[in-house]
Amino acid sequence: MSTAVTTWRHLLGIDGMSRGDIEGILDLTDTFAEVGRRSIPKVPALRGRTVASLFFEDSTRTRMSFETAAKRLSADIMTFTAGSSSLSKGESLRDTVEVIGSYGADAIVVRHAMAGTAHRLADWTDACVINAGDGCHEHPTQALLDCYTLRERRGDLDGMRIGIVGDIRNSRVARSNILAFSLLGAEVVLVAPPTLLPPSIDGWPVTVSHDLDAVLPGLDACYLLRMQRERINEGLVPSLREYATDYGMDARRGGLLAADAVILHPGPTNPGVELTTEVATDPRSVILDQVSNGVSVRMAVLFMLLGSGMDLAPDQSGADQGVDG
Amino acid sequence: MSLVLRGGTVVDSQGERILDVEIGDDGRISSVGNDLSGDINLDASGCVVAPGFVDLHVHLREPGQEDAETIQTGSRGGALGGYTVLVAMPNTEPVTDCAAVVEQVRNLGAAALCEIVPTAAMTVGRLGVDMAPMGELVDMGVGIFTDDGTGVQDPRLMRRIMEYSTGLTARLGRPVVLAQHCEVSALSDGGYMHEGDWSSRLGIPGQPAEAEELMVMRDIALVRLTGAHMHFQHLSTASSVAMVRGAKAAGLPVTAEATTHHFSLTDAACASYDPVFKVHPPLRTDDDVAAVRKGLADGTIDAIATDHAPHTDHSKEQSFDSAPPGMLGLETAFSLALEESGLDLPDILALMSWRPAAIAGLGDRHGTPVVAGNHANLCVIDPDETWTVSGRAMASPSSNTPYEGRTLRGRVRHTISAGEPVVVDGEARR
Repeated sequence: MSTAVTTWRHLLGIDGMSRGDIEGILDLTDTFAEVGRRSIPKVPALRGRTVASLFFEDSTRTRMSFETAAKRLSADIMTFTAGSSSLSKGESLRDTVEVIGSYGADAIVVRHAMAGTAHRLADWTDACVINAGDGCHEHPTQALLDCYTLRERRGDLDGMRIGIVGDIRNSRVARSNILAFSLLGAEVVLVAPPTLLPPSIDGWPVTVSHDLDAVLPGLDACYLLRMQRERINEGLVPSLREYATDYGMDARRGGLLAADAVILHPGPTNPGVELTTEVATDPRSVILDQVSNGVSVRMAVLFMLLGSGMDLAPDQSGADQGVDG
Repeated sequence: MSLVLRGGTVVDSQGERILDVEIGDDGRISSVGNDLSGDINLDASGCVVAPGFVDLHVHLREPGQEDAETIQTGSRGGALGGYTVLVAMPNTEPVTDCAAVVEQVRNLGAAALCEIVPTAAMTVGRLGVDMAPMGELVDMGVGIFTDDGTGVQDPRLMRRIMEYSTGLTARLGRPVVLAQHCEVSALSDGGYMHEGDWSSRLGIPGQPAEAEELMVMRDIALVRLTGAHMHFQHLSTASSVAMVRGAKAAGLPVTAEATTHHFSLTDAACASYDPVFKVHPPLRTDDDVAAVRKGLADGTIDAIATDHAPHTDHSKEQSFDSAPPGMLGLETAFSLALEESGLDLPDILALMSWRPAAIAGLGDRHGTPVVAGNHANLCVIDPDETWTVSGRAMASPSSNTPYEGRTLRGRVRHTISAGEPVVVDGEARR
């Protein structure tokens, strides 16, 4: 497997990245995690740079995580509340992006309900585009923070067996994580009813099971996906109750997992659906670590794309990380 | 003034021969022979002189979306593509579902560079609820009815339309053609590309092939019940082609078309996330492309159509779900047929000219053999000339060609529409 670190202009997805690319970002993340532990968790690395956040789809967590990351790097933040403002007036996506570019954004963090929108934006702007979730396609910074969290807890993903449970069909988190976990040497098993699996997984580096109880004892990590209530209306599962019964993580199922296994969830959770509160607070659960690591990973990504050649921390020895990428 | 096409090889339904073709003031072929000379002589040496092309499926956007295309610009693109008649779809704004809009399209078409044949919607407003005034429209000469852009979802209504249409045969002078856009929307809604390996990987919600196939299956059953003539628009899946093949073998009155993009592109193109590749029915798999080509070769599919669907740059510069489906087709169709269909030139001409002319009831003046007395609707094509596709260079105000930058073989040199040289040396004359 290639360990070459590619020079990236955008972060659009895990698709196309190498193991070396991912490991490079995770190594860089260590540095920023350290910054986050300081009494004043802020460095001037991106002073004078502008990060625009362009969220066409509501997201409190990802947006706050990116904005916190940018602030800790001393970047200026420009917020575009897309909602339905100018787009509902008939402005094209391209117009919107060109306007943001003309305000001087150096990076655009974009979230959109449709797959591929970040890729389209990248064709139309000189700014770095960071995909903060495109429809059911990818959510690369989520996958990076998940890998970072797993590495923090277990040292290495190589040889791990990771179960991803739930609505894989509609999940950008699952698509990015399947790619990232596999690149880092983990084995991935998808656990879901057929209606929550993608129409085709030919060629995907995964195995599939519809029996969570049978899968749990062999797992090193169990990744629970958020179950949206809308899936019930779409007829993909009969009820949240039946979903919770068959695919929810409760204390009994927690007992089937190894003592050193890791339980992850991208948040926000639906208590009693994907997992019970008891499981969420289990010592094996890293859900809050995921949130704090999210800021560090996003600092690393912003720095990687925007901060090439800049001093990482004038008062610290962080500038020797070899981050020209 | 007489016009002579000199030195070309005539290829029509009667075969192939080297002939000069003389066209008189009445818009008809006055004579064919050797060493003819007229007031105007157009060089056709090294070229094929063929009956003009007939496109059964074109969106001219007028009335309603004149920023994307007009009847004038669409007809110019058609003439540049070798077409002498375009069958205009009724999904205009307002919908072509009544005498007034048909009349408007005809009036606008009178000044076009090729003949414009309006179709009308099968249901009022293309809403799939109430039958359009088919009798009144037939009395105006409308011979093709379609809700194109959507299929008629309700099987009971579809049955009634089919039954009703069979009673209009005598008034039209031939059977009414019902053209169906086969798509069960309950299965396709919320999908923006073909559902399969690529959609799963790209995270773009898909439309399963079965959305098309279920309606093909239903309509074949209803043809058996009612005896109506059903024309299947833009067949795109292997099973659809197989079902139409079976229906024809059973002697049912069905015909079918395939578009140039459905035999030249696959769903892999959507990996760019560029909605220029978004179209309904969606681009399918390699296996489907192979089945469409086989259907063209064995006669299952009667016509190559374009489903020419102009959309402004503005409307395509959106996310994949928001952009409207459709692509330009008129100026690339012949080259794609030549390069991608796997068919010989005479078969291509049959599929692009006289067979669709017969379906549309235009066989008296389009697709007719190149002999004295026939209407002069002709195109002169150079099968060897190569050219590079540019959406901006096309006649349409829109530029949504999925073949941008591709070098293609085969180009239209001249087009003669009702005796008038509307395209000369690859340039539209008006």
